[in-house]
Amino acid sequence: MATVTVNGKEVEIGASERLNCIQAASKVGVEIPAYCWHPALSVVASCRMCLVEVGDKKPDGTVAMQPKLVPGCQTPAKDGTVIISDSQKVKDARKATLEYLLLNHPLDCPTCDQAGECYLQDYSFNYGRGYSRLNEPKNIKPDKTYIGDQITLFTDRCIMCTRCVRFTREVSGSSELQVVSRGSHEEIDIFPGHPVNNPLAGNVVDLCPVGALCSKDFLYQQRVWWLKSQSSVCPGCSTGCSITVDQNEERVYRLHPRTNEKAQGHFMCDEGRFGWKYTHSDQRLTSPEVRTNGHVTSSDFDSVLASVRTALKKAAQGKGKVAAVLSPWMTVEEAYLLADFLKSLSGQVTLAMGPVRIEGKDDQFPKDVKGNVVEPVKFTIRAEKAPNRAGVEAVLSHFAGDVMPFEELLRLSSTGQFSAVYLVGGDPEGWISEIQAEAFSKIETVIVQDILSSPVLKHATHVLPSGTFVEREGVFVNHNGLAQLIRRSVRGPDGTRPDGRLLWELAERSGLIQTDTLRSEIAAAIPALAVISNAELKVNGVLLDETVVAV
Amino acid sequence: MTETKAKPKKTVAWVEEPQLGFWESTFVPAIMKGLKTTLKHVTDRAPVTQQYPEQKPDLPLHYRGVHRLNRDEEDRVKCVACMMCATACPANCISIEAQAAPPEWPDRDKFPKSFVLDELRCIYCGMCEEACPVDAIELTHIYDLTGETRESLMFDREKLLSVYDKTKDNPRDPVRTRRGILGPAAEFASLPTLGPATVVPDSDRSAKNPTAGVIKGSLGANS
Repeated sequence: MATVTVNGKEVEIGASERLNCIQAASKVGVEIPAYCWHPALSVVASCRMCLVEVGDKKPDGTVAMQPKLVPGCQTPAKDGTVIISDSQKVKDARKATLEYLLLNHPLDCPTCDQAGECYLQDYSFNYGRGYSRLNEPKNIKPDKTYIGDQITLFTDRCIMCTRCVRFTREVSGSSELQVVSRGSHEEIDIFPGHPVNNPLAGNVVDLCPVGALCSKDFLYQQRVWWLKSQSSVCPGCSTGCSITVDQNEERVYRLHPRTNEKAQGHFMCDEGRFGWKYTHSDQRLTSPEVRTNGHVTSSDFDSVLASVRTALKKAAQGKGKVAAVLSPWMTVEEAYLLADFLKSLSGQVTLAMGPVRIEGKDDQFPKDVKGNVVEPVKFTIRAEKAPNRAGVEAVLSHFAGDVMPFEELLRLSSTGQFSAVYLVGGDPEGWISEIQAEAFSKIETVIVQDILSSPVLKHATHVLPSGTFVEREGVFVNHNGLAQLIRRSVRGPDGTRPDGRLLWELAERSGLIQTDTLRSEIAAAIPALAVISNAELKVNGVLLDETVVAV
Repeated sequence: MTETKAKPKKTVAWVEEPQLGFWESTFVPAIMKGLKTTLKHVTDRAPVTQQYPEQKPDLPLHYRGVHRLNRDEEDRVKCVACMMCATACPANCISIEAQAAPPEWPDRDKFPKSFVLDELRCIYCGMCEEACPVDAIELTHIYDLTGETRESLMFDREKLLSVYDKTKDNPRDPVRTRRGILGPAAEFASLPTLGPATVVPDSDRSAKNPTAGVIKGSLGANS
């Protein structure tokens, strides 16, 4: 065990931990400001914001301080290291550094998108001087409106921390960004004809500590202090990136990654980042329907749900059988509610896994210029474009013993042995083709619970408009068996209900849906999912038992 | 428990009624004084009632009435859509949608695509005026605001600009602009790019750059 002293407070560092002074200081709650340092990128020590006094404690107890200030990001914390970050010398250095960084900064905070979450603002407020002594005109460089399809660069706001350059070199591997010219002519730029359009490009906007790199999608949409954030999980693929959803007045404005070493690390891909637009699509299903001979006979939730319940009960007691397709876009709670309800109607019910969309192969980063993956892999966009296959499979194998694939259910449906099917969709890219939908054309009762229109809708007798991932609460289990919580950020459009509430009411459980209580029930009922009632679920998620992953 | 008992203080001061003198007991001086006041009012011909709306009162200069959106020197809307007013507004009556400025406006990043101010919801506190970093929104002396529908008093950008056109020449509504720019950086046109501030020999290619700040030739004897 190594002992490091930070501002007089001692902190123990584990033997396997390799920390720098910034990380060691954060262990005792001391913030050392830094712009260029980022835990996932290499160290350049160029911003000089993290200058601290560092010394060594000798075995005889004397402390030998280094005569100069050293960058905290570049100095490893080892046994006996003494870090001082609150001396006058350090404070003066920070003031001088900030004054220098702000020399040519335009200070156009009112029109800058970063204002409110800008490290220049925060550090100037906490450590800065508050005035500038510059009398000369500022060195203003023209903006570059095209850095990539999604990215614009306000060159004048840049403080040359080169986080973005290092990201494209070290994490995406695509190396589109570079520093051109030197000294006061230094600028971030792309190589001619190579815009930042790699699948991880959006991360440079999050990495930028100031308002230089901005997302065109979010530019000028909102002031960030109006946004209300909610921790959630990206449903784009089975990686299950931890994210933060920012909304204002029931409208989502952006997603950005939330650091979670258990899930994906620090970043997320652009597909997920901009993949929430269907939530506010005008193509959403917004009317619950009971259809008799092609005519809508009822369109309010209470009567539609009652009709669904009656139809299912009738089918369960009659000759025919009941089948259900549980989508990998459902949360564990929703899958459990539906499976539990159908099992309570009839022991003979057939439960099947919905189609899991696979697109190409897992896309790994960083890549070299030829597109070959470079080890170690730092980010993976998975081919499996569904957030919760593992979770739904765990529920299915508890209720049905084994997991029936979708194709098998289609084959059984076309033989005509079912009199009622309950189909859950939820995949915004579509989950069923015209030909597959024909399998359900002869079935007496077809209940479709979905967010968008699909070919199977024309055979539906009951339509239940449900919610997208920002409108629901529940557990998604990623490819690695990590159970994470998605949370409700916005209310769905009128005429839709979150899936959990729909199924809760369908099962005639009393009161309102309480996912916490429901999770305890699931944890008690399904041993493979026993950990989901753990409080850690709400922070960084919990890893399920290995057997769940192996399914 | 404390044993020291505070002595009861004299809290009541007895005032003896003054003795009435002879004239006072006749009440004549008091009656004359009252009559004098009455006569003064009877003979005063200066009107007190304001003949509104034929005559409009002169309100104090700090009066806060209907808003206006100022124009800059090029007749563009001065607002930079920073939404500080909407943030500061305690009545939540301002809604702004920003848009990136067209390429013809190199000095601007964004401008308000729509700017709607609900004059009915506004409490005329003047916080928007105070928050504005470019002095684009100001409150005028217009107070007689009527409309036939609620919608007609939702003032949009054009309406607020027309209030500016109507009031800018009124001496009681001066354009109180102190700041026209977002700090010195917003005026790109007046800011030349800086070249090297050191001595550059004529043979150096950077000396041929048209940038300001290049000190050409040799300075001092030793170069």
